Amino acid sequence: MTVEPGTTTVPGPRPAVAPGVRRRARPARAARRSCRRSLGLLFWLSAGWLGLVVLGAITAPLLPIADPAAQNYQAIAVPPGSPGHPLGTDRLGRDLLARAIFGARISLIVTTSAVTIGLVVGGLLGMLAGYYRGITERLVVAATDAMMAFPALVLLLALMATLGASVQNLIIGLGVLGIPAFVRLTRANTLVYAQREFIVAARSLGALNRRILAREIVPNILPAVGAYAFLVVALLIVAEGSLSFLGVGVPPPASSWGLMIAEGRDSLKQTPWVAFIPSAFMFLTVLSFNLIGDRLREESDVRETTL
Amino acid sequence: MRSRLTKLATALVTLFIVSLVVYSLQELLPGDPAIAILGEQATPETIAAVRADLALDDPYLVRYVAWLGDALQFDLGRSYRTGFPVVEEIVNRLPITLELMILAQVIALGIAIPLGTLAAYRAKSRFDRTITGAAFGLVSVPEFVLGLLLIYYLALGLGLFPATGWVPLTQSPAQNLHHALLPALTMALPVAPVYQRLLRSDMTATLQEDYITMAQSKGLSTSHILFRHALRPSSFSLVTLAGINTGRLIGGSVIVEVLFAAPGIGQLMVQSIFLRDFIMLQGTVIFVAAAYILVNSLVDVAYGFIDPRVRYQDA
Repeated sequence: MTVEPGTTTVPGPRPAVAPGVRRRARPARAARRSCRRSLGLLFWLSAGWLGLVVLGAITAPLLPIADPAAQNYQAIAVPPGSPGHPLGTDRLGRDLLARAIFGARISLIVTTSAVTIGLVVGGLLGMLAGYYRGITERLVVAATDAMMAFPALVLLLALMATLGASVQNLIIGLGVLGIPAFVRLTRANTLVYAQREFIVAARSLGALNRRILAREIVPNILPAVGAYAFLVVALLIVAEGSLSFLGVGVPPPASSWGLMIAEGRDSLKQTPWVAFIPSAFMFLTVLSFNLIGDRLREESDVRETTL
Repeated sequence: MRSRLTKLATALVTLFIVSLVVYSLQELLPGDPAIAILGEQATPETIAAVRADLALDDPYLVRYVAWLGDALQFDLGRSYRTGFPVVEEIVNRLPITLELMILAQVIALGIAIPLGTLAAYRAKSRFDRTITGAAFGLVSVPEFVLGLLLIYYLALGLGLFPATGWVPLTQSPAQNLHHALLPALTMALPVAPVYQRLLRSDMTATLQEDYITMAQSKGLSTSHILFRHALRPSSFSLVTLAGINTGRLIGGSVIVEVLFAAPGIGQLMVQSIFLRDFIMLQGTVIFVAAAYILVNSLVDVAYGFIDPRVRYQDA
């Protein structure tokens, strides 16, 4: 699984736009704009859920919830809705709500750190490649293509198995996984902006390359890159979950959603909620990141702003 | 032609880098690789034997070249846990992974082609919007969650399929299909919406073409126009994507094989992690990586043969 720009909606080469389609583009955009208002609810629901998850993750140690690692043999595999355990407990009597909230903490720490690595390193390389062109661009593009051709998750699996499962290794591994996607996106956006009049104007006023990149290009490509970061976080949450599910991600006894799902898997028939409650947390979070990223991307689409 | 050669050259370079990375994993093993491979209870004699076997006293690059030479002759060493040659184990398990991949592709395309065509024909209708929403939701379900849901409802709940396990094709083809359907469905469902979206967007463009209007004015039936006139020219990107996804499914099958206890290559990889069978892990990873890269570059090259427009652009 390689992170690739746009895999969530329309993957692969963009279809050639037939003349007839372009003529239709105007009403379609108008329709989308009116659609945007009515679909706003979904966006705000996602934002609300993410707000809750982030808030819960940050304030987890302060919340009036049980200790996520405390085993209580008086309350083993209690179903959701029981007094004292709103979401039930697992087969060691650990409170699932507490574990899910602490799992969110781990998931968000890992994925936001990883996405920051990908964004900063990939964004910088992509911008330099798109702005300076020439040999820089060719080197960066070749390296990106090679990284895209890696079966990233399989290599990450092997790497984690060799180095040992730890949060730090996970962040570095997933961060590197995200770099090529950001390189492609920032390079494509920089290419568009580098030819705009205001860049020529800045250059003719004597601005240095460094200033043009920092003051003219970065603010313009930032919305698109930021929107894309949401989509990458969604992918990385799944990747982190997969690795933890296979037992080479977040090491136990820490609670991570993938690990919790793996623990619930063995008793799926008797106690399905042990696996499905962390699954629901994960699904809602991934869906929210996808919905928000998709909507923000529509707002910041380069093709619309250049028209 | 030149770009095609460049692509193959890039693939070879990537393959070389991957082999170097995978081989270097051995260097990253904490402590003496021989002890890491054999475990803490190893006697000095067996450690010395392994060190001699892997030529651990030679310089790193010398060892790498020797290993690469062996690998190119399909010799990936021998597991120190089971004693089996790595290549033999991979060859034994390859058919299972291949079967799951092919079945998954068939199911995914079987879902995506009719739904994508209909959504393009009735673009922006309620049907189209429902499918779009469902696709968006489905893409956000992690594979292992989807697998657990399918096991819970279809296998444990309705009892339609066995939850886990595997019956070899040679033993009973019907039983084999029965066991393979659920894992293949788990692999297919996240892919199908992606195919569907792509076909829909390409097909909407095709349906604007003049020859479609021409076919309509000749009075041809809608289904004839959609499937005989519009499908083929709309499916080039889909074919490419399906090809590229074949490579991706090799990696994606790891989780599904573990979840459904299907004895394929992915399961072998995860098993060797837990048995600390390093040589086996190294062998399976390099095999999967090589397969992934080769399939991707072959698809890339084949694309030019499928779509004449690409071929003419090249010339």
